[in-house]
Amino acid sequence: MSVEAVETQEVVKQEREALFSKRRRKFVSDPLNDDNPITVQVLGICSALAVTTQIKPTLVMSIAVVFVIVFSNLIISLIRKLVPNRVRIIVQLAVIATLVTLVNEVLKAYLFDMYKQLSVFIGLIITNCIIMGRLEAFALGNKPWDSVLDGLGSGFGYAWIILAVAFFRELFGSGSIFGYPLYEKIGGAMGVELANNGLMVSSIGAFMVLGIIIWVQRTLNGYTEEN
Amino acid sequence: MELLSLGIKSIFIDNMVFSLFLGMCSYLAVSKKVSTAMGLGLAVVFVLTITVPVNWAIREYVLKEGALTWLSADFAKVDLSFLQFIMFIAVIAAMVQLVEMVIEKFSPSLYGSLGIFLPLIAVNCAILGASLFMVQREHNFAESVVYGFGSGIGWWLAIIALAAIRERLKYSHVPKGLRGLGITMLITGLMGLGFLSFIGIKI
Repeated sequence: MSVEAVETQEVVKQEREALFSKRRRKFVSDPLNDDNPITVQVLGICSALAVTTQIKPTLVMSIAVVFVIVFSNLIISLIRKLVPNRVRIIVQLAVIATLVTLVNEVLKAYLFDMYKQLSVFIGLIITNCIIMGRLEAFALGNKPWDSVLDGLGSGFGYAWIILAVAFFRELFGSGSIFGYPLYEKIGGAMGVELANNGLMVSSIGAFMVLGIIIWVQRTLNGYTEEN
Repeated sequence: MELLSLGIKSIFIDNMVFSLFLGMCSYLAVSKKVSTAMGLGLAVVFVLTITVPVNWAIREYVLKEGALTWLSADFAKVDLSFLQFIMFIAVIAAMVQLVEMVIEKFSPSLYGSLGIFLPLIAVNCAILGASLFMVQREHNFAESVVYGFGSGIGWWLAIIALAAIRERLKYSHVPKGLRGLGITMLITGLMGLGFLSFIGIKI
């Protein structure tokens, strides 16, 4: 009820700043590289690894995460002045859990195969630390539109990393890309049989691929931390 | 006997960290010192052992289709399972709050060193994940107690082992870009390789 009240209030306040000013573009572009949620901030690794054996479920997962992160950022930012500090974690969890339930039901209705394949990992978006982290660090102290952009940036930063992991794992582990049997075609054309690397499908492959991606990315953007 | 085998399976084969990737955030962030890792690990074991059976009971007597028949026969068709996520996360958050108060009272030093990661157990995927897997695998009450405890122990093992390795790692020369998170991921991969050897154990 009071959500609407604040919403109208915020709309009335005229924004002089351009919708995509330089400061705001940074919200989207920073998390893609220099401030990437996975490789630099070390958040949201759990789901980054679990669903990435194939590209397709990874794509569904990243869309779901982007949706949840953008809307939870928006909602929390709208109600940020109404929520007492002491109960904010519960409020945030309730908002996230509601959005995830929504995603879960939509997938169950329209993409049942995907729903089966992702199983518990849709539910685990609730505990994806990126979302909690963005709500705590950004949405609680910023205006709705900025929060939406910040959510988009973090969501895409997360998405491209897990898509990269999924790409390598599917290519080496199953010899295909997007379900297209690449190894079979190339092997058939050259008259040889290309073997899949079973390790890539198992969890170890995920750790290794992510470790190497982190290495490459941090070397490129020059971010280092203590041992 | 079956329970024992489930326990072994949840500790070693279906290890939370190495095969399911759950609880990675705090696993990576709190594994710099063995003593802190030990404290967090034990807190996770405790919270898991309680929340999984409690969530089992909630699902069995409130959420499942027809679960409310113990109230009145009219509710035979009521299916509240879409509320599962919210209910589970509420139970977990309440449990974590309790553990936090207990630790603050009895061990202020541990409370200080765990810092922000204590309340963050609430959003530790291992806890919610265990409850969701419990639902998916249709465990009964005894199984869910064993499963919660076993997966907690598995997570505890993983985090103290990693913390011990990282304490040694301080003295080694790691390439710049690999320091911290990168090398930790690779080590976790190698540890997972070790844990692969448990596959196939039967009692």
